[in-house]
Amino acid sequence: MQYVVRLNAFLRPYRLQAFLALMLLAALVSLDLAIPRLIQRIIDQGINRHDEAVVIKTGLLMLGISLVSMCIAVGNNNLSVMVGEGIARDLREALFLKIQTFSFGNLDQVKTGQLMVRLSSDTAAVQRLVQMSLRIGTRAPLLMAGSLILMVNTSPSLALRLAPLLAVTLAIVVFFTFKMEPLFLLVQQKFDTLNTVLQENAAGARLVRAFVRGANEGGRFDAANKDFTVQSTRVAQFLATMTPMLTICVNIGMVIVIWAGGMDSARGGVTVGQIVAFTNYLLTTMTPLLMMGRLANVWAGGMASSGRICAVLDTVPEVGDCPDGQAAGAVGPGRIVFEHVGFYYNSRQEEPVLADIDLVVEPGEMVAILGATGAGKSTLVNLVPRFYDVTSGRILLDGVDIRQLRQETLLAGIAVVPQETVLFSGSVTDNIRYGAPEASQERVIAAARSACAHEFILGLSHGYDTRIEERGVNLSGGQRQRIAIARALLTRPRILILDDSTSSVDAETEGRIHEALAAQAGNQTRLMVAQRISTVLKADRIVVIDRGRIVALGRHRDLLQESPIYQEIYDSQLGVCAGLSEDRMDLQEGAGDERIS
Amino acid sequence: MSGSPRDVRAAMQPLRPGAVGRIEKARDSRHALARLLPYLKPSAAGLALVLCSIVIATASGLLGPYLMGVAIDRYIAAGIFSGIPRIAWWMFAAYLTANVFQALADWIMASVSQRSLSRLRRDLFAHMQNLPIRFFDSRPVGELMSRLTNDIDAINQAVSQNVTSLFASVLSLSGILAAMFMLNLWLALASLLVAPIMFWFTGFVARSTRQGFRDLQRQLGGLNGVMEEALSGQKVIKAFRRNESVLENFRRQNQEVYKTALRANSSALLLMPLTGVLGNFFVIVLAAFGGWLALQGLVSVGIIATFIVYGQNFIQPLRQLANMYNAIQAALAGAERIFEIIDTGAEEDDADDGLPGPPVRGHVRCEAVDFSYSPGTPVLRGMSLEARPGQMIALVGPTGAGKTTIINLLTRFYEIDKGRITIDGIDIRSIPKARLRRSLGLVLQDTFLFAGTVLENIRYGRLDATDNECIRAARLADADHFILQLPQGYQTDLSERAGNLSQGQRQLLAIARAILADPVILILDEATSSVDSRTEVRIQTALLRLMRGRTSFVIAHRLSTIRDADRVLVVDQGEIVEQGTHEELLARQGFYHHLYLSQFKGEQI
Repeated sequence: MQYVVRLNAFLRPYRLQAFLALMLLAALVSLDLAIPRLIQRIIDQGINRHDEAVVIKTGLLMLGISLVSMCIAVGNNNLSVMVGEGIARDLREALFLKIQTFSFGNLDQVKTGQLMVRLSSDTAAVQRLVQMSLRIGTRAPLLMAGSLILMVNTSPSLALRLAPLLAVTLAIVVFFTFKMEPLFLLVQQKFDTLNTVLQENAAGARLVRAFVRGANEGGRFDAANKDFTVQSTRVAQFLATMTPMLTICVNIGMVIVIWAGGMDSARGGVTVGQIVAFTNYLLTTMTPLLMMGRLANVWAGGMASSGRICAVLDTVPEVGDCPDGQAAGAVGPGRIVFEHVGFYYNSRQEEPVLADIDLVVEPGEMVAILGATGAGKSTLVNLVPRFYDVTSGRILLDGVDIRQLRQETLLAGIAVVPQETVLFSGSVTDNIRYGAPEASQERVIAAARSACAHEFILGLSHGYDTRIEERGVNLSGGQRQRIAIARALLTRPRILILDDSTSSVDAETEGRIHEALAAQAGNQTRLMVAQRISTVLKADRIVVIDRGRIVALGRHRDLLQESPIYQEIYDSQLGVCAGLSEDRMDLQEGAGDERIS
Repeated sequence: MSGSPRDVRAAMQPLRPGAVGRIEKARDSRHALARLLPYLKPSAAGLALVLCSIVIATASGLLGPYLMGVAIDRYIAAGIFSGIPRIAWWMFAAYLTANVFQALADWIMASVSQRSLSRLRRDLFAHMQNLPIRFFDSRPVGELMSRLTNDIDAINQAVSQNVTSLFASVLSLSGILAAMFMLNLWLALASLLVAPIMFWFTGFVARSTRQGFRDLQRQLGGLNGVMEEALSGQKVIKAFRRNESVLENFRRQNQEVYKTALRANSSALLLMPLTGVLGNFFVIVLAAFGGWLALQGLVSVGIIATFIVYGQNFIQPLRQLANMYNAIQAALAGAERIFEIIDTGAEEDDADDGLPGPPVRGHVRCEAVDFSYSPGTPVLRGMSLEARPGQMIALVGPTGAGKTTIINLLTRFYEIDKGRITIDGIDIRSIPKARLRRSLGLVLQDTFLFAGTVLENIRYGRLDATDNECIRAARLADADHFILQLPQGYQTDLSERAGNLSQGQRQLLAIARAILADPVILILDEATSSVDSRTEVRIQTALLRLMRGRTSFVIAHRLSTIRDADRVLVVDQGEIVEQGTHEELLARQGFYHHLYLSQFKGEQI
């Protein structure tokens, strides 16, 4: 509930429309309530007094009222749609804006799918809630209050006898609405579980077959299916009890009116017309009430969604610009200094991801980072563009702590080729141009050449204009990676970060890419995470990371002599049978020669 | 062509909010309905009860207003008050009966419909277990999933909320009509006037609404596309500082959705006030015309009152009919698509279950195998290979050479076009698939983890394994060490934390799974591609131990992985171009030699 209140801020721009909608609703209700009164007049003053003129005049009056109320209803509808859809639009935008400020740390904690649900179904649920509140949700209580007043006005004694009944009805509605909310949420949960099983089964179809687990999966599904069935049956049966219970209240009201009203009329207390009017009031009141009961799930859904939306809106970006952030720093040579850098992804973690990293990367240097899975290589390079902020220590770029720089400024000088390639729908050119939209076609091609992508791009059906489908499914992993490299090169960064970005490229192409990268480098500082030894051979320096610490640092040759871990990595990849390392080197030199010849 | 073109991430695609005002028609509603009916059959008794209850409920529901009219005319207006209590009691009894039976009908129907749906889902799922892998490979999983969930939901909505009300509505409509005609011909005729207007209105609104919602669906699809791309590429967007242009694009599309939604919803909601006014109009006609008739002495006040109550009961179902019609149409369209899947041919498994025992030695032979995923583009041509029991065969070659395809054929995920594959001399087509696959241990490149704990995921390899056996398998796969670092160790729930496992760690879990399964033949398809080389060396020892005495097939890019193979098969463009041991092939200075050299390229010492 408190979330709904919080989202009130989104109602503010539309408060005029919302107010108007409610006013129209009030007008509508009073017109609705006039009808039974007029019918009463037809009966009492028309039929009973044999006055034809009253019957016809009142009939025409009712017709007029009914036409006016139609216009009002349309107005109310359009206004409430406007408010509802407007709020949905603003919520989507607010969420989207918020997500844009998320740092990598925030993004790691949520799945894209979850955010999509926040943006689509959750905003839709809130929109339905708003629309409902401005229409039937307010109309029903208003009608109820109005007819109550009119009933008292028509015949206080009869109304008094109906009052307890109305109270009971209201109590029933409230009771069911509150009971229903958790029930609906439970059904939704069971439905999600069911979907998960289904989804996993389709996505993991190969695995299920390979391990012949069809029967087991069937069991899993049956359990989820049964759970869901039981729960939704319960809700449906709950509803099945509610509707007749409310109806019987209306019906008892009718009986009371006939009985008590009939007896009263004997004493001349009420007229026949009044009795008929009373039954009409009862009907007018109860019909929307019944509908409102059925809308309880809209209510429950809207509440739950508001909570989830607020959770996103309340997320604090882990990396933010400091208020006096400097715009300077964009022109320095690109000297990176890590000072006692430590890093945890979250505070619950016992072992740090990085600890006590000291490293100086000189302008124009190429530093390769090598280490085991989970050693912290990617984390280390992700700290430089402030995708994450250091937990302890600091990183200096050209002498300035990067946390003092505005992220915008910092990123302008850095290009990253991430581990996982993400391409956008659009042409190949669009994708390469992503980082520098104004770049000329010549520059695009030059960048593609440097990434060894030019040839295969020309081989695509429409060359550089070939459309890349969703997530680049029409390209191989290696091709996607090369486009990502071209994209990074086009921005002419001072610092280029390659995060294991040639892993899907075959070793031969990889070699060519690195040659081309070196050729374009100039004074570019390069940080490169790699798995393969062959990738790091040409680096100015190689950093070996193990369990978050730098364990070796130096050139390939030196490390081969000095670092046991490096030797181990080397052997694991290139070790040819047994034999001295000298022999191995010979082989490699020979290999190099042969390639040249 | 690689054998696993599926994108597992696509499975994580959120659902398109298709439920938002989806108005959709089944191509053949009657057929879809006919297919749905058998699912109701086991509940025939319950349905009959529902039917009876609704008839009773409707009849006694109609009795109430009639008794009211009688009370007004015969007692109140006539001034005979002694009969009022009695008739009031009758009214009460009628209404009570009506509601009790209505509740009974709804109550039973809830369980009948949910149970039928449950059966439909069970059938669908059971059938999915037998669908050929080709079915899953040939469509994005995300699309399949969102379709399934939306369709099931649409049927669920319609069945749980609309079917009984539709039935009750139709029944009470006809009952009211009959009662009205019995009570007063003229008033009944006047009331009937309203019905066609109502039908015309709802039809008109529904038609104009449908186009609006279709547009809205399209715009929403566009917006979803923009959002999804932005969200999944958020890190890149940030790195390249493109937030502004992404935002602008989003704003534009968001505004489009807003405008379209405004139009669609405004016209859809027109139905309510229109029918509402028509309802009033109905009452007015009854009151005014009835009043006039009463003056002529053709009708009594009590009957007018009865008619007004009937009128309200008459309008309500009419109002709902249009909405119900749409919901039911959407459900039928959903049902149609679900039946489409159920009608998709299952994997053929015509092997004689009785004859051969499971492969025990693991002697694999492929003889002149031809295969293509789609006719006309052969993937394998005259492929022959042999793996003797206990041998380790490495498959090497460039991406797209057909290595994974060989695995797809061995496991009979796909059936060969020509030639034959035998294990221990038996054609694999005559081995029941379950038995064949149980003897194969498969570690795939795309590692799939299920929602559940780490332990449960490992146990997937052999369901009756004890905790200790699972942990031992994890140790052998060198996964133990990172698992223990997870917050709850082996009990860590992967549904929440799978995102935090690296690809390499996932692969280690998959290897543990295969180790636990203890198969006769082991197949590793790039099983260690994302594991760093030192860890790989450690697993390698475990794997080698595991492979001892088993036939194994290993696909790898890293040549270091395959040095230990008994035989290396070099595959290129669907054919085996070279084979021999690592040393022999190096000495031959051919294709393999070339591949091997490129590993060290760039090193100039």
